[in-house]
Amino acid sequence: MIRMENVHKAFGNNHVLQGMDLDIPKGTSMVIIGGSGTGKSVALKCILGLIQPDSGMIYVDGKDAKKGDRDAFLARFGMLFQGAALFDSLPVWQNVAFRLMRGPLKRPADYAREIAIDKLRRVGLKSDVADRFPSELSGGMQKRVGLARAIAAEPEIIFFDEPTTGLDPIMAGVINDLIREIVTEMGATAMTITHDMSSVRAIADNVAMLHGGVIQWTGPVGKMDASGDPYVEQFISGSAEGPIEAVR
Amino acid sequence: MNLLSLPGGLGRAILTMMAAFGRVTIFALASISHIFRPPFYPREFAIALLNIGWLSLPVVGLTAIFTGGALALQIYAGGARFNAEAVVPQIVAIGMVRELGPVLVGLMIAARVTSSIAAEIATMKVTEQIDALITLSTHPMKYLTAPRILAALITVPALVAVGDVIGIAGGYTVATQNLGFNPATYLKNTVEFLETRDIVSSLVKGAAFGLIAAIMGCYYGMTSGRGAQGVGRATKGSVESAAVLILAANFVLTGVFFSL
Repeated sequence: MIRMENVHKAFGNNHVLQGMDLDIPKGTSMVIIGGSGTGKSVALKCILGLIQPDSGMIYVDGKDAKKGDRDAFLARFGMLFQGAALFDSLPVWQNVAFRLMRGPLKRPADYAREIAIDKLRRVGLKSDVADRFPSELSGGMQKRVGLARAIAAEPEIIFFDEPTTGLDPIMAGVINDLIREIVTEMGATAMTITHDMSSVRAIADNVAMLHGGVIQWTGPVGKMDASGDPYVEQFISGSAEGPIEAVR
Repeated sequence: MNLLSLPGGLGRAILTMMAAFGRVTIFALASISHIFRPPFYPREFAIALLNIGWLSLPVVGLTAIFTGGALALQIYAGGARFNAEAVVPQIVAIGMVRELGPVLVGLMIAARVTSSIAAEIATMKVTEQIDALITLSTHPMKYLTAPRILAALITVPALVAVGDVIGIAGGYTVATQNLGFNPATYLKNTVEFLETRDIVSSLVKGAAFGLIAAIMGCYYGMTSGRGAQGVGRATKGSVESAAVLILAANFVLTGVFFSL
């Protein structure tokens, strides 16, 4: 469903992606792992068109991601940002129903609010959260609201950018389980970027290891521990010894 | 030191300045074009009207009333040196309407509104809210920039008009309470002396300053760097640029109105 072919992206002299190739089949959950600053977020933003790659091709359903109606393209995606990226000036329910209150998916405000409250319940939040503002919520609650927003319009493809960063292990577990449940329930194609191995095991069908601007290894999550790839092995063990330099 | 380093440095500075001017111009034209193209965001526009217009009234009013009062005292004291104390109503009126009203309101808007727009949009950029808007199929320039620019274009001339009236009222209060002017004569002199073109120039300046203030706030916000330092730099840069451009635009517009 999503294919990246020989994608390059540099910021000045920093060549972040150096020929990245990746395939994400429809209805599967791909998790990209890799150290900080290896270009995981850049890859994700290249697919969405938030960053333009210097070269290479990105296809979604076999079509060039750069061509066609941009709004229709983005309407197929939902995204949970690392810091949730909730709009401070809007109450929680309007954040969740943002897409349903404007543009081609616009619904009456009451109906949009109903859907928002339903999605909030789906991520384990009570309806009284709906009228609060994001600044009144804890980090974990903000992540759940971000998740509710990502799934509000029932997108075909959902991206999760570091979904458990900054959360305690229990809340991280809750978010991981929610993501897995929602992706399975909706039949969506998911792409998650993380360096949290517990997230990888909870969320992934397939795993890809990004290092040095290219995918070093990719395969089913069940084969990850026996991959034989030194990058993956070092990443799983968290060892300072190995091909990945500890000081970058 | 290389002899060519000075002209080389000067050339680079000029090129940098021209490039920045080009970027701001392209941004301004794109922003203005989004005002006329759907989708429109009336709620965002209403909030911008409230924030830029209504909530700026106290600071504009206080600035104008004190300036009008001080102006009356200065003109009275200065005029006394050549027995021209009686010109206080006329000079306060013309000074406030043609010059001080628009410029002071413009600078107050630069301080209050430009900084607030830049800080808000820069924070949204740093916290990925702008990216979130895009992924939610919402164009940031339509949602964030266009409503603010349109609101400033409409409300700042209104604020200037209010500032002009309050400034004249400040001068009137000081002149009638402290300087012994007759209230009715003061008002009559003020009204008779002001011409339509004075008021038009005041409002046109207000619109131009509103446009500058909002565009600079939006531009610096949208192009801010990362982190708290990026937000701080964007805010500082927006206010500095808006203030300088407002004063420069005032000079140009005053010249234009003088030549008409």
